[in-house]
Amino acid sequence: MRVRVNPIDCTAHGICAELLPEWIELDEWGYPAVDGQPLPEQLVTHARRAAAACPTLALRLQED
Amino acid sequence: MSTMPLIPPPPPPTRPPARQWAQRLLLPAGAPADNLAAHTARHGGLPSSPAATIIDQVDAGGLVGRGGAGFPTGRKMRTVAAGSGRAVVVGNGCEGEPGSGKDELLLLQSPHLVLDGLALAARAVGADQVHLVLHAGSPAAPVIAKAIADRARARLDTVRIQQHAVPARYVASEESALVQFLNGGPAKPMFTPPRPYERGVARRPTLLNNVETLANIALVARHGPAWFRSVGDPDEPGTQLLTVTGPGAPRRVIEVETGASVESVLAATGTRYDDCQAVLVGGYFGTWLSAPAAHRLPLTHDSLRAAGGALGAGIVIGLPHGVCGLAETARVAGYLAAHNAGQCGPCLNGLPSIATALQRLAYGPWDERMTPPLARWLTVVPGRGACRHPDGAIRLISSALQVFAKDVDAHRAGFRCRGVGASTFLPVPHPATATGPWR
Repeated sequence: MRVRVNPIDCTAHGICAELLPEWIELDEWGYPAVDGQPLPEQLVTHARRAAAACPTLALRLQED
Repeated sequence: MSTMPLIPPPPPPTRPPARQWAQRLLLPAGAPADNLAAHTARHGGLPSSPAATIIDQVDAGGLVGRGGAGFPTGRKMRTVAAGSGRAVVVGNGCEGEPGSGKDELLLLQSPHLVLDGLALAARAVGADQVHLVLHAGSPAAPVIAKAIADRARARLDTVRIQQHAVPARYVASEESALVQFLNGGPAKPMFTPPRPYERGVARRPTLLNNVETLANIALVARHGPAWFRSVGDPDEPGTQLLTVTGPGAPRRVIEVETGASVESVLAATGTRYDDCQAVLVGGYFGTWLSAPAAHRLPLTHDSLRAAGGALGAGIVIGLPHGVCGLAETARVAGYLAAHNAGQCGPCLNGLPSIATALQRLAYGPWDERMTPPLARWLTVVPGRGACRHPDGAIRLISSALQVFAKDVDAHRAGFRCRGVGASTFLPVPHPATATGPWR
């Protein structure tokens, strides 16, 4: 599974970086930067929670 | 006995003889634009080949897209033809690059060659909807409208070609932006995938091709793949239209065989290569190359990629000595920053920050504390937009910082270029073009 951000929908609430700090960093304008690497198994539950909590539903989880 | 000078005087500077290339797309100089009768006399009628034959010919001819990405056209046609749902074909004649003039010239000279390409592409992928999109205000618009009307009267096309005008903004001609526009929305890029060839106009598989690509489809369908491959680079065969500007040589559109060297295309417009300090290849989505690096470089997608650049839509600009490449790029950066679609945070914040830093470096006052953030922005912004606009802008800016490293050092040490009122070289539209509607 991979984490993707729809950059058009994202409005920099930053909740994802609070719920998934191991994987998501915010840039200086508050927008999440994620790399496209496969998500480690132990982070999948946190990632689901972060995606569900995104107010604009911009955080997407993509099955491989 | 007459005395021979010990050291012979240096030979006068020679201009390399201007090369002649096969001319397939452009008309001879001074020829009037082709109306339907002249077009048919020059090229013959629209071929009646069945769908599978058209795709096979384009595939075997090795045609790659002329809009910038250089993707194999036949492969794209095959994917769209095999997609689920009735296909749609879109011709892109917007030519958003300020340095480019080739699509407009082609549309003005040979509108029916482009429209033949649209008709053949539609037949090839089984489309029942065909669109041709131009920038609002394009001088080609009335020519195309007349050509479409003439074809309708001659009952040439089975599917009616619909003409559209998209707002003349830089990112509006990106392919997903055109799809969104044709679907009734703003001409802004969309989040992909799905790509247009999977789900595009009316949610159907959509074949989007640049107008020069379409004209080449019309030629390969008439003359066959062996003829098409008979000139140009074996991996990206045929001819290509370039928009070339050099020191003392005004902007000109020329047709060359693919793989022609940077020096030879500049020579064809009357530029002496020694008069160039650097060359911008690929327009504002491309890269600066130093004069020695660009010199004999063949103009193909592969060789430009290998040199860290991009051929893009075929723009070649030789920068004269004595013009500051850094200041020129700072102006372009300001234009590109103003022309973001205002959708994606990293781009709409990052590009203006980068452009401002670059302008401070060029025109002052520069502050060394701006170096670390500028370096950081150039690495964190690419790849994080819905479209490639930030990636292209940053590729251009990063190449300028490398190629004009000496100028960068001088500017960091306090040298300032003159800002407002200074003479400029690269064409940059007025910033006001960045405002206005998206529909």
